[in-house]
Amino acid sequence: MRKICAALLGAGMVLCAQAAQAQTEMREGGKLLLTEGVSNIEGAGGGGIATWALITGYETRDGIGANVHATGIQLKDYQFRAYGAAVGIRDRVELSYAHQEFDTQGTGVKLGLGRDFTFSQDVYGAKVKLLGDAVYDQDSWVPQVSVGAQYKRASQSGVLSFLGAKDNSGVDWFVAASKVFLNESLVLNGAVRETKANQTGLLGFGGPGNDNYHTEFEGSAALLLTKRFAAGVEYRTKPNNLGLKEDDWKDVFVAYALNKHLSVTAAYVDLGEIATFRNQRGGYLSLQAGF
Amino acid sequence: MIQALLFAAAVATTPAPAAAPTFKIEHPSTKYPGEEEIADYAHAPANAGTTPFEGDGMWKAFHEKAGVDRVVDELVDRSLADPRISDIFKSHDMVRLRRTLKEQFCYLLNGGCDYSGRDMKTVHKDMGLQNTDFNALVEHLQVAMDHEKIGFRDQNRFLAKLAPMQRQAVER
Ligand code: HEM
Repeated sequence: MRKICAALLGAGMVLCAQAAQAQTEMREGGKLLLTEGVSNIEGAGGGGIATWALITGYETRDGIGANVHATGIQLKDYQFRAYGAAVGIRDRVELSYAHQEFDTQGTGVKLGLGRDFTFSQDVYGAKVKLLGDAVYDQDSWVPQVSVGAQYKRASQSGVLSFLGAKDNSGVDWFVAASKVFLNESLVLNGAVRETKANQTGLLGFGGPGNDNYHTEFEGSAALLLTKRFAAGVEYRTKPNNLGLKEDDWKDVFVAYALNKHLSVTAAYVDLGEIATFRNQRGGYLSLQAGF
Repeated sequence: MIQALLFAAAVATTPAPAAAPTFKIEHPSTKYPGEEEIADYAHAPANAGTTPFEGDGMWKAFHEKAGVDRVVDELVDRSLADPRISDIFKSHDMVRLRRTLKEQFCYLLNGGCDYSGRDMKTVHKDMGLQNTDFNALVEHLQVAMDHEKIGFRDQNRFLAKLAPMQRQAVER
């Protein structure tokens, strides 16, 4: 049944949810719903654009949880799509993969790249929990802390070097801290990322005369409103290597867990200026199925 | 924020494990007819695992004694009916568990009860409990609190008290 769920992910969300709900009432709920986060655009456990220290997936009996996700963002002048999968092993290690596509749609013509010209990249991630437990350790301020790396490889290397990018692949390093404040029904996350990536890597790595790592920040805060429903805000800073006025990303989101296996995240994102086109705002929708 | 969190991490102190004032020795077998005989043990409020809430807000939110009794009974009923964890409860004294859990919840919610049970570490020792078991129990508690119509934020405040007991109950 869960396999069907995953296969239906793109199209048949509602169907799938009903099937899953019919399973057993008893197993529903589980580890606090939503506190495991959803898959962010890079495939790592987190919010939509920010990274969490939590290891993805609800822990299962043998200690391995996995999920798949599909995400779409329709911006003013572009479309962003991503899909991926992640496994959480013994609530300690997270391995993830995501494929991202950045479709220039009609804007491709104006950029001289051609209609529907699409940048894409693959992101292979690993995250290890170092200390703390974001949920259990309610009697201390110590957050759960994880470190991670993401190897990213972008397509269209010709266009990327024309734009000035030094490389079409790169590695990001990050430290993330997360804490669920149950007393306040609040989740706080912060991450520091060392990166050379332009637009998270879709526009390559480094720029003219600039191949250094930059220290960037990701933060998010979410309120747990019901057992299934959370709402929050995210912010992510980015380097500006290409001289294309790359802006910070921000969003407001709601996440809804239909059950332990299926959640949907909707957001209004503001990605700022992208490749000379300003005010890239729009709707974000992501579906995630865990098993 | 990271810095703030890390700083907090550095100054945070984990409360010392129950170096509790021992008030008296409990002789459960003579005191609670209907319960199985167990060895005598030291009776102390600190056995409850943590300190109670202040004020009567939480006690009222749980609908006082009648509400807490309903929540505990449903929690135990659901745990016994859950194939993932029911085996762990078999061969244990459920009459005593219901009584001591009701006392413990009442004590923590500041309902004015005395917790007469044993401490969390001793009592769950050698059960080989895993996080999965702990989470299953929390899941049933959440459902029981839902059925008692306890507000979500108050549920979470109570769970915030219980969550650190994972370190005492779960043996890795
Ligand atoms: C926050 C978590 C927990 C709390 C507050 C709690 C509380 C208690 C209390 C008050 C007692 C009775 C103490 C006494 O007899 O003196 C008890 C006993 C027991 N608990 Fe827990 N418990 C927790 C987690 C668990 C879990 C996760 C399991 C298994 C899934 C479990 C299984 C048992 C069993 C089988 C007994 C009976 C032990 C005996 O009779 O010797 N407990 N618990």
